[in-house]
Amino acid sequence: MTQDELRKVVLATLLSIAPEVEADELRADKPLRNQVDLDSMDWLNFLLGLHEKLAVDIPEADYAKLVTLNDALAYLGARVR
Amino acid sequence: MLEFKLPSIGSDMDEGKLLEWKIKPGDRVKKGQVVAIVDTSKAAVDVEIWFDGTVHELLIEPGATIPVGTVLATLLAPGEKAGAPARPAPPAGRRKISPAARKRAEALGIDVDTLAGSGPGGAVTLADVDAAAAQRSSSKPAATSDRQAEMRKAIAAAMSRSKREIPHYYLAEAIAMERAQAWLSEANAGRPITGRLLMAALQLKAVALALQKYPEMNGFFRDSAFQPVAAAHIGVAISMRQGGLIAPAIHDVGEKTLDEVMRDLADLVKRARAGSLKSSEMSDPTITVTNLGEQGVEAVYGVIYPPQVALVGFGRITPRPWVDAAGGLTVAPVLTASLAADHRVSDGHRGALFLAELRDWLQQPEKL
Repeated sequence: MTQDELRKVVLATLLSIAPEVEADELRADKPLRNQVDLDSMDWLNFLLGLHEKLAVDIPEADYAKLVTLNDALAYLGARVR
Repeated sequence: MLEFKLPSIGSDMDEGKLLEWKIKPGDRVKKGQVVAIVDTSKAAVDVEIWFDGTVHELLIEPGATIPVGTVLATLLAPGEKAGAPARPAPPAGRRKISPAARKRAEALGIDVDTLAGSGPGGAVTLADVDAAAAQRSSSKPAATSDRQAEMRKAIAAAMSRSKREIPHYYLAEAIAMERAQAWLSEANAGRPITGRLLMAALQLKAVALALQKYPEMNGFFRDSAFQPVAAAHIGVAISMRQGGLIAPAIHDVGEKTLDEVMRDLADLVKRARAGSLKSSEMSDPTITVTNLGEQGVEAVYGVIYPPQVALVGFGRITPRPWVDAAGGLTVAPVLTASLAADHRVSDGHRGALFLAELRDWLQQPEKL
């Protein structure tokens, strides 16, 4: 999967949880949860969605590695098959 | 003959609009089955039936707005034979319908078995099909902006009533969350992402267990008297992404495992946002829990949702200076739990004991 494809999957998953998000306005280098109103249930559903689509299991201990969109893309890019 | 009436779907609802029947005459229904969809000011709700039976007659057409308590349908009890029906019963086999009406119904995707016929011998006519089609197009759920305005009105009515009628008192307790957090991290480390728990599940279970000891926080104030409820049906305040909130219940939280509470919570949030809540979830919360900690506030002092008599609020879990049991100063994650309770039913003394009990449960996460 290319980085571009991965980005599409991540954004589509995010939009399925927070449909009000304007993908173009997201700053990839700023904390995601400061830009999008995601509570812990939304966050868990976001990760569950990524898990379903990419078959990547994200342990709770790794949440801190997924703060920005860029972080998430790097983390998933290293693990996705 | 049994009568199926429109149930109350929350204290701020006195009427609803029938959007759709999920049953037709002759269908066998089971207790708990979703039989109709009714639009309320807050959401389209799946209405469940509370007895077994066989549908005899549907009395209300989709599109109609009816008050709570209206008989929507009649049913035959299990084993009961149909007596003299109010209208000519449709023939057992093929429905009487004019060829033109059948063709039109097929083209419009209308199930002729759900139509009441106005023609000779109960035959369905072209006019009946057209009337049903017209009603169907007017019985779509409210558009988002209407829904928001309606929801705002419903919240305004319920909260104004609450502040007018309920003498609230407020208490708060700072709770050390070190143990609960450590227990949760460890529990989640061994779980796949699909089985992971959130702190909200622990909080809900702790509230339910504390209620067992302080039942005067759990139930309804109706007709100038408190009616306690044994089971903890906890209303969970869920904010809607387009604005407004809804607080449907997770039933029997005290009897459920943490995994079950978590599964129910995830399911409830998902369905609340998708607009497919059940009437029982809307009508019977015995207490409400709200959690605004995720939005960063330290504490929340809520407004009780009548006819309930208490609301528990949770703020953010935040590191704070803390004096431990040995008298030493440390830094600990601290949660502020608050109670808004109805002074007609309980006093601050009991409220304080309730919060202390809640605190104690959160110190023993392994027992939740």
